[in-house]
Amino acid sequence: MFADVLIILVKVVLTLTWTLLLALFLTWVERKESAVMQDRIGANRASVFGLRLFGLFQPFADAIKMLFKEDFAPTFSQRALHWLAPTLSFFFVAVTMVAVPFGDAIHLFGRTIPLQVVDLNAALLFVLAMLSLGIYGILVSGWASSNRFALIGSLRGAAQLISYEVALGLSLVGLIMVFPTLRLSGIVEFQGGLVFGFLPKWGVFLQPLGFAVFFLAGMAETKRVPFDMPEGESEIIGFYTEYGGLKFGLFMFTDFLEVIVLSALATTLFFGGWQVPWLGAGGFVFPWGGSLKVAPWAVTVLQVLAFNIKVFFFCWLQVLTRWTYPRFRYDQLMDFGWKVLVPLGVVNILATGFILAAR
Amino acid sequence: MLKGWLVLRELLRGAAITGRHFFANMTFHTLKLFGIRAKRRGAVTIQYPEERKALSPRHRSLHRLRAREDGKPSCVACMLCVTVCPSECLSVEAAEDDDPEIQKTPARFVVDLNRCCFCGFCVEACPVDAIRMDTGEIRLAASTRAGLEISLDKR
Repeated sequence: MFADVLIILVKVVLTLTWTLLLALFLTWVERKESAVMQDRIGANRASVFGLRLFGLFQPFADAIKMLFKEDFAPTFSQRALHWLAPTLSFFFVAVTMVAVPFGDAIHLFGRTIPLQVVDLNAALLFVLAMLSLGIYGILVSGWASSNRFALIGSLRGAAQLISYEVALGLSLVGLIMVFPTLRLSGIVEFQGGLVFGFLPKWGVFLQPLGFAVFFLAGMAETKRVPFDMPEGESEIIGFYTEYGGLKFGLFMFTDFLEVIVLSALATTLFFGGWQVPWLGAGGFVFPWGGSLKVAPWAVTVLQVLAFNIKVFFFCWLQVLTRWTYPRFRYDQLMDFGWKVLVPLGVVNILATGFILAAR
Repeated sequence: MLKGWLVLRELLRGAAITGRHFFANMTFHTLKLFGIRAKRRGAVTIQYPEERKALSPRHRSLHRLRAREDGKPSCVACMLCVTVCPSECLSVEAAEDDDPEIQKTPARFVVDLNRCCFCGFCVEACPVDAIRMDTGEIRLAASTRAGLEISLDKR
């Protein structure tokens, strides 16, 4: 009993640390990647004892700056809600990470420990529900600010998130039809197989259209630049106008967390999660014949590494997207959601159904 | 429908451009990190306090007074520069020079950089080519206004 609690505690702490550290360094990645894309250098001045390390200490400097800022709330705001909003936003995004499997179950001291905080049997629904609840952070922040523009911004955000929630849900229906389970660990295990004898049975190969719809709708859910209508940080006033210091920092951090959660979900659902192509429990078995024995601990390390690399790739891709495209106009945004992504999601479900029936 | 495909094509082309920049620059950065000199740099940034861009030969920076052979300023205090100066930042006081050929010399030659707009008219107006703006000093910040009133004849 005690050992179980301890294991869960360690897993929670590790998952939270991984997520928060990755989010922290994603701010660095964002600044550096955008700089490299634009022939600049980017933040490189933060140093510890003269050690610069390409500005890797910049996130910590930013965090310290945010911490020491005044915790300011306008007098006309509703204090309790004003405080609650960033916490809600942050919580609902951070909590989704508990359902994501980081690797296959490991066997340690006669115990089987899944590398996942909780193996929910409806994890997919849980994740979608939590991502939807994130809207409340936005709505509450706009309401609590008692500022018309902030309220309009938050309503814009709510309208956008609800619209894209539909496409997001539809894109995953096809996936559930192919992988008949809602457990994320089950979905990942299912993706260990092969199609046509050589291709890993990843979701993206079975559901290419589903993946496209999922990723685009997911990027709209992160409300970053091509879809940053709720914030409009450069000109139109968004929902966190009345926020400053650490509370604003939490909203920003939530954005980066959402990027990570979307990357982790895309990896888990469509890119085989922790699966390394052709790597089984005993080692590699290549489709062109031949095999390579790998020690069990090395298999686990490779799996966790594969998961991380895939997540990093999607984070990178999202930052690239964010620094490539200008913002959608609001009607274009709604058109794209309702007239492109939702029909494509329906087409994907129908096509999947026909193919499954024809088999 | 066709419009949608055209938009998609342009979106992908945009991503290709930024992606190309990313990978090209990343390659050059990596080469530099491993000490391999590439012809091109990964970034166009000049890291200012450590790196300086070479000034153009016809740049205009802090003024200076050219000296005669005996070390005194070659200015003859004719006040042409003071007259032509559009921001009225020069103030020159004349004094008698020992040399009867020259007659006048500046007792005080102050340029007020609070007002100077670095147009270079004073340099063009000078009949004896005494004032020039080629010192290359472009870091002229001071913490007081008085710190920007510079006596050129005392330098």
